[in-house]
Order: sequence, then structure tokens, then C-alpha cells
Amino acid sequence: MTVLVFVEHEDGAIAEASLEAATLARRLAGDDVQAVAMGGDHAGETGLGPITLHVADDERLAGGYAPAAWGRAVADVAGRVGAAVVMAPGTDRGNEVAAYVAAFLGQPMAANCTDVRPADPLEVTRVRWGGSLLEEATLRGSPAVITVSPHAVGVERAPGAASVATFRPPLQDDDLRVRVTAKEQPPAGKVSLGEARVVVGGGRGMGGADGFQVLEELAGLLGGAVGCSRAVTSAGWRPHTDQIGQTGARIAPDLYIACGISGAIQHIVGCKAAKRIMTVNTDPEAPILAQSDWAIVGDARAVVAALVAELRSGA
Amino acid sequence: MNVLACVKRVPATAGRIRLVEGDREIDTRYLGFTVSPHEECAVEEAVRLVEANGGSATVLTLGPEESVDQLRSAVAVGAQRAVHLATDGREWDPGATAGAIADAVRADRDAGMSYDLLLFGNEAADTGDYQVPVRVAHALGLPCVTGIKQLSVDDGRATAKREASGGWEVFDVPLPAVVAVREGINLPRFASVPGRLRARKAAIDRREPAWPGNALDMVRLVVPGGEDKRVEMLGQGPEAAPAAASIIRNLGLVP
Ligand SMILES: Cc1cc2nc3c(=O)[nH]c(=O)nc-3n(C[C@H](O)[C@H](O)[C@H](O)COP(=O)(O)OP(=O)(O)OC[C@H]3O[C@@H](n4cnc5c(N)ncnc54)[C@H](O)[C@@H]3O)c2cc1C
Ligand SMILES: Nc1ncnc2c1ncn2[C@@H]1O[C@H](COP(=O)(O)O)[C@@H](O)[C@H]1O
Repeated sequence: MTVLVFVEHEDGAIAEASLEAATLARRLAGDDVQAVAMGGDHAGETGLGPITLHVADDERLAGGYAPAAWGRAVADVAGRVGAAVVMAPGTDRGNEVAAYVAAFLGQPMAANCTDVRPADPLEVTRVRWGGSLLEEATLRGSPAVITVSPHAVGVERAPGAASVATFRPPLQDDDLRVRVTAKEQPPAGKVSLGEARVVVGGGRGMGGADGFQVLEELAGLLGGAVGCSRAVTSAGWRPHTDQIGQTGARIAPDLYIACGISGAIQHIVGCKAAKRIMTVNTDPEAPILAQSDWAIVGDARAVVAALVAELRSGA
Repeated sequence: MNVLACVKRVPATAGRIRLVEGDREIDTRYLGFTVSPHEECAVEEAVRLVEANGGSATVLTLGPEESVDQLRSAVAVGAQRAVHLATDGREWDPGATAGAIADAVRADRDAGMSYDLLLFGNEAADTGDYQVPVRVAHALGLPCVTGIKQLSVDDGRATAKREASGGWEVFDVPLPAVVAVREGINLPRFASVPGRLRARKAAIDRREPAWPGNALDMVRLVVPGGEDKRVEMLGQGPEAAPAAASIIRNLGLVP
């Protein structure tokens, strides 16, 4: 059974989520794994091991990410090598490219798998509800297309250089109708939610947009970022860029301080990668306490104000 | 311009998910139903585009009889037309779902209703398949962008932006097109009282597509075994602040 893995890279360095997909591919198919990348110099160690790495080399692809064209290129290699399974990382681009491969080939796709088992039909475990539920499923079709849920598989880097096979994908005009035409860089200087070591989150229990003042102060003292729940963004108290959860940002700080947040599963899936959680809530029965390391029962504004004063006093 | 928005009925889970016997369904006895926040934003975007440019906003769902509730919610916030692709309640896989949506769009076109824009959520709240929009676009020969959090339409083209490593990727797309959006693209309005009244009386265009079979088949659902943590109570109210402060200091998090 040949497994073809679509890998993303930056200037030839294979992305972590793609190495995770390649690791799962080797568990499924042993040595019978090949990979495909869009351009790039892949000499030397890639982490993929001594496999065949198909590299699309085409000036029409040089102008920036073009989802359908990338999908066409991967589908082309899948056909030529007779892949039984096509894998991709469960990233924005990985899921999108995989969807094109599945659509072009008229085959099933299972997104965000955490495991795959060789069987006929192929068996997978995949995440639903952004991670709060798992599904065991089968895919009938060849190649079966699957994407691998980020952080679900520990990377095993395979030593050895890949043997690169360049190819020119059979692109159709329509494949190039949509492409990235410009990029806008992030504003400099702001600590992003995804990268902050401390995140101070506020929920409906903050009582209003003005309740976030004190959370800003605490985050400022700790060099962290402010986040919030969906109840807060829906009320218009904070912009959606601050939202943590299934339909917002995923965070992985050393400490998450959750204030006036009940802990709905859709919120928890966004913060479960936090190393520690400290909670402030008036309700000692709030579900978030079961996910927390420390809790203070009380009014969040008053508690956080006292915490800010305490940290400022510098004892 | 004519805009279509596709929504999917899902249980409004909040606490721990429970399954019914057989582990193939969520126990929804004590739950309400909703659609994905991404899809609420798709409906809002459709309504705003039609308010600005004229035309009509249509909401479509494929699902059981009860899905009509979700169509009415969309009418209540401003959609003019509602299409229900009625199923017998079994789960249609994303390939089957996309096929039925594409057929419905073709049928509307043949009846004189052509869409300039087909809006979707980026992923369904429950199954998170990440593929129905791309499959629909492919079936209809339309261009497609996904993950969109900013959209503007001008003179037969759309400019669509998606977040990438903190910044933005900008796409320029000829219409008609398929656009899958993310929550945050807009802040959906709440239904007004007249809106709710209109929704109650709205005509639903009901169709019954034939199920073509699934190629992605659910075997069972599993609630992940996330053990609860043993929480240490630091005390009540502001008096607990010193204990919290010393924990934060001990973690080395005070610069
Ligand atoms: C498909 C789907 C996707 C979703 N995606 C997300 C998502 O990405 N992110 C997200 O957050 N939610 C998401 N939700 C919504 C989620 O289900 C909850 O509705 C939401 O997280 C609740 O926000 P909350 O905890 O702020 O509000 P509530 O649930 O209302 O909780 C408020 C909490 O504040 C406490 N409180 C009240 N007053 C005070 C006070 N003075 N001091 C301290 N505590 C106080 C209360 O005891 C309570 O625990 C999603 C829902 C669905 C269906
Ligand atoms: N049963 C359905 N009825 C209507 N639209 C759907 C249905 N399933 C999926 N969609 C649409 O396709 C988007 C992506 O779904 P998915 O590919 O299943 O994650 C959703 O956000 C909806 O807009």
C-alpha cells in the first residue's frame, strides 16, 4: 500500500504538522511512503527520510499559494504512483488541498484524523466538535484522502536525504483562477494569543467591555495577552480576534487565567493545551473548575484588581 | 446580487457530551439546536450584501424535518428565501451533502435563480469535514476560497482575506464563486420581533434529494477520556490574591 504525503515547507524546511503526517504515514505503510511538495530546495536532511519526494516545479505555481492548482498537482502524483492513501497535515492549507484532491479524484476524505488503521475499508479515528468528541470511521475508496490533526502524533524524524523527483503538474486554466495575490504582515509589537506565555481570559462574568480594563492591566504586568469567550465577542465587548475556542484561537500558554468563564467544551478545546489554568468565578460549581489547577471563588473584577495590586506591590 | 448561505443543524452542546446507546449519536434530550458560528456569519454576510446591492439572500440546509427551525432563524435575521433538502435523519457524508447542494443550485439556476455568491461555514460545527464548499465548487465549476474573515464585492469580483501567521493572505476571486467564511468576518445581528414574525410565516421550499450512499461512514463516537484535574482552592474573593500572586511568581511569569 503506497501512501503519498503532501508536505508544506518554508524555504525547504518541512513544517512540523507535515512531519507529523509523515510519521503517521510510516506507521501505516512502513517504507512504502512517498511525499509531494510545491517547489523548494530539499537537499540534505528533511526529516522525511530516504523516500521519493515529488517536487512540483512550474513557473505558474511560483506566484503564490493557489489552492486548486496545488490540489491538482497532488492528485496527479497520487495517480502516477498508484497511492492507496493520500495524507496531508490538518492545517488550513493541508485541509484545503486535501479537499481538492478528494474532489478531483471523486474519493472520500476524512479530516483531522488522530489515527489510521490498515483495513479494507480503511479505518480512521478523527476529531469532531473541534476536539471534544472523537469518531471512528471507515473510508471506502482509493485513494482515501485523510488529513492529520495537528499535535495528535509525536514527530519521529527519519534520517537520510530524500531523492527528489521534480515534475510539471498538468494544470488547467481554471486551477489558477484563485491564488494569493497579496500578503499583509501582522502588526509588530503585539503579543499574539497563540504565542503568549500568559493569557488572561474574560467571559460573560466580566459584566461588560469595561470589565476588561483590569484584565488588560494584569496581562500588561505579565507580558501576556488578553483573550475572551464567545459570549463576549457576541456581545461586542471584544473583537473576535480575542476569542479562544472551537471557532476562535487555540492557545498554549504556560498559564491561562480564566475570569468569569463557565468552561463550555467549545471554549475548553481552545485552551486545553495551556500548561496551567487558574480560574476566578463566582460559582464554585462552574465546569471550568474541573479543568483548572487553581481556583478563586469570587467576583472577577475585584479579585483581579487585588491581584494586580499585589503583583505591583512587588513583595 | 443573489447570495446563497448554507447552514447545518447541530445540537447546542455546552457541558460534557453524552452519547446514546450504541454510541452513534449525541444524547440531545436536554439540548437545544443551533448552527455553527461560522454559518451564522455566512447568513449575516449574505443579508448585508443583499442590503447593500439588492437581490436576494437564500438560506439552504440539508437535514431532518426539524432543520426547518434553523432555516426560520436565518429568515428572522433577514434571509428572503429558504430551501430545505429534507433527509430521513441519517447522516449524509460530505460528498453526498455536497452533491445534493450542487444539484439544488443547478435546479435553482434552471428555474431562473442564479447565485453570484455561495457562502458556507469554513467547517461544520459537529463533523468538521473541511470539504463541502470545495466539493460544491468543483461540481459547479466555480472558483472557491476558504477560511475567509474579510470579504468585499465590487464589479463582478470579490476580494477575500484569510488569516495566515498573524497577518493576512489576500485572494482576488471572479464571481460567481464559493466562499467559506469564519466567525469574525462580521458580528451577526439578533433577530427583531418583526423578523421573527416573518420567519414563522415564511414559505419553505422543500425538496427530497435521494441519498446516494456514504463513502465516509461513522462507526462510532467516543468521548475522549479527559480526566478532570484536582483543583486547588485558593480562597474567596480579593483575600485570595496574595496566594495567586505567589503562584504566578513561583512559575517565573512576572518579568
Ligand atoms: C459550534 C459552537 C462553537 C462555539 N465556539 C466557541 C468558541 O470558540 N469559544 C467560546 O468561548 N465559546 C464558543 N461557543 C459558545 C460556548 O458554548 C459558550 O456559550 C460560551 O463559551 C460561554 O461563554 P462564557 O463562559 O463567557 O459565558 P457563560 O457560560 O454565561 O458563563 C459565565 C460565567 O461567569 C461566571 N460569573 C458570573 N458573574 C461573575 C463575576 N462577577 N465574577 C466571576 N465570575 C462570574 C458565571 O458563574 C459563569 O460561570 C461555541 C458554541 C457552539 C455551539
Ligand atoms: N447538511 C448540510 N446542509 C447545509 N450545508 C451544509 C451541510 N453540511 C455542511 N454544510 C456546509 O458546508 C460547510 C462546511 O462543512 P464540512 O465540510 O462538513 O465541514 C458548513 O459550514 C456548511 O456551510
